Amino acid sequence: MMDKADFREILVILVKRWILIFLAIELVFFAVFGTNYLSLRNLQNILLTSTVVLLLATGQTFVIITGGIDLSVGFMVGFSGVICAKVMVSLQAAGISQSVAVSSGIAVALILGLLPGLINGLLVARLRVPPFIATFGMYGIAYGFAEIISNNVPIHNLPTLVSSIGHGYLIYWLPEKAFTFFKIPENLTRLELQNLVPIVPNVTVIAFIFVAIFAFILAKTRFGQHTYAIGGSVDAAERAGINVKRHLIKVYMISSFFASLAGVCYVLMFITGRAPAGSARLLDAVVAVVIGGASLYGGTGSIGGTIIGVLIIGVLQIGLVNLGVPTYNLYIAVGCILILAVLVDQFLPKLVHGKD
Amino acid sequence: MKPLLEVRNITKRFGGLTAVDNMDMKIFPGEVVGLLGDNGAGKSTLIKVISGVYRANKGKIFFAGKETRIDNPMHALKIGIETIYQDLALAENLNVYSNIFLGREKLKRFLGLIKILDHDYMLAESRKVLDQLEIEVPSLKKQIRTLSGGQRQAVAISRSIYWDAKLLIMDEPTAALGVVEQKNVLNLIKTLSSQDIPVLIISHQLHDVFSVASRLVIMRRGKKIAERMTKETTTDEIVGLIVGSIPGDYHDVNTDTAKGSDVNRRHFASKSGKNHRPKQNQG
Ligand SMILES: Nc1ncnc2c1ncn2[C@@H]1O[C@H](COP(=O)(O)OP(=O)(O)O)[C@@H](O)[C@H]1O
Ligand SMILES: [Mg+2]
Repeated sequence: MMDKADFREILVILVKRWILIFLAIELVFFAVFGTNYLSLRNLQNILLTSTVVLLLATGQTFVIITGGIDLSVGFMVGFSGVICAKVMVSLQAAGISQSVAVSSGIAVALILGLLPGLINGLLVARLRVPPFIATFGMYGIAYGFAEIISNNVPIHNLPTLVSSIGHGYLIYWLPEKAFTFFKIPENLTRLELQNLVPIVPNVTVIAFIFVAIFAFILAKTRFGQHTYAIGGSVDAAERAGINVKRHLIKVYMISSFFASLAGVCYVLMFITGRAPAGSARLLDAVVAVVIGGASLYGGTGSIGGTIIGVLIIGVLQIGLVNLGVPTYNLYIAVGCILILAVLVDQFLPKLVHGKD
Repeated sequence: MKPLLEVRNITKRFGGLTAVDNMDMKIFPGEVVGLLGDNGAGKSTLIKVISGVYRANKGKIFFAGKETRIDNPMHALKIGIETIYQDLALAENLNVYSNIFLGREKLKRFLGLIKILDHDYMLAESRKVLDQLEIEVPSLKKQIRTLSGGQRQAVAISRSIYWDAKLLIMDEPTAALGVVEQKNVLNLIKTLSSQDIPVLIISHQLHDVFSVASRLVIMRRGKKIAERMTKETTTDEIVGLIVGSIPGDYHDVNTDTAKGSDVNRRHFASKSGKNHRPKQNQG
């Protein structure tokens, strides 16, 4: 007979890993009931669909660990996307080469994208505005500016280079014949083109590079340690000589950097700049972070957990499409998962430490 | 021997209330001094002046022989005055060694360029200081939130010692602890003084203070009214001095001045409204 303590220990381990188990169950479910769900193409589709959420959620993880929240990222995607597209289109119209136009668009979007984060940080850290309010205000402001910049219409006719980046892949593989990076192999017949296997979308590569860098920063560096410390206790952090205000400003800037990067990726993927782009992804991002083990009270969370959270949502989203279920059901499912995650967060400590 | 810390004529007023009135006190190396007094006597205010939380209205502080202005808590920490408050200012979500090194993390190079946390070093150093102080915690990798009150206290003290505290100030260190834990903290204080680190301790448990302190300073209504060597006094005498049934040595607090200060207190209370915290909340 297993005694009670053993049983509880096993239960604790299972519950602690519930997100991994949940993800596995999802994959098995869709593999069984969907069509070609585990095909390379479909799996890459999941990655592609998840890119914007992954970027938003990575920045959000930093903010949530400090005990804050950044609601502005929803419209930051549209804001930076519109700036990015506008700069590209204008420079192209002025007869400037595509590569310069595209890189300038990206650079300007990423730099201007830091501004809302700076303002959020100043409001939260220096003027003590609650994060919820400060970033919610910024949410509206970013959207308004995005509409102004785009004159209320999506920005089209971007340089063709945008689509070759955004629709391109890291590796192209023609079994037993060709293997190239970034470029489709030359001189292929039509049949060969059909059999060409593209591996890992460029956009996913870009996202993962930044996510990996910041995962490293959070887990391994002093900056990461101070982020956790502030979430654990602002008093303790201050007493330890950490410049809490400056740190918080940086954290909000990280979040808006990731939101702008998400905006740039959106432009690359959809070859257009739209003001409302990504607004619906805000909920997904926050949910992903919370499923990933971050507490909204601050102090806990990790990029690894967040990535799993993002995958849980992406797998579900593509799975519902695969099964032909209308996508609005996704909102219901994501909402339920969020509540489940918060319940686990609340009851897990009791399970671990017994009833008291 | 020269005192490590000397305060002279320290006065601290809050509006019309004189919380600390012309206080003198010396602390010598390796000595444990008990600061005693009834609620509202001004003990906490005095140590907050010493640890840089408040600026005194009058008076001088000498540290290690030099006159020193202590403008803020960081300054106090820098010169080696560490104060352990009841809310211990530990990050509960971080583990023991991370708290000991918080804000002063040890870094190492990763791939030759990037600086990352050197967990092994911090773990080993923390273990050393805990061993030196004979402190036992289940694991240095455990989060602070999983530790008991006494263990947290010990971690906070270890941190101070590791970072070279010259003087440790403790305001009611045993108040929130169970009996066994109280003993452990008292033992820790003895260990500290045997290692030549002086401790200034405030506590309502006279028994505790008697067991660790070699000298007692008694305050009443903001003033130092007596000083005793622990060996040469009794708890009865000390209680008498605290409550005023035995007159003090330096300032004889007669009935008139006592009344005067009561009036001041009421005056202050009515003026400051809710800023005036209930006395029992002040350690
Ligand atoms: N921040 C403050 N503002 C106003 N009055 C205070 C403040 N802190 C303490 N006092 C008052 O000063 C007096 C001394 O308080 P305190 O130093 O806390 O005494 P003790 O620690 O000896 O109990 C009390 O009357 C208290 O109400
Ligand atoms: Mg007090």
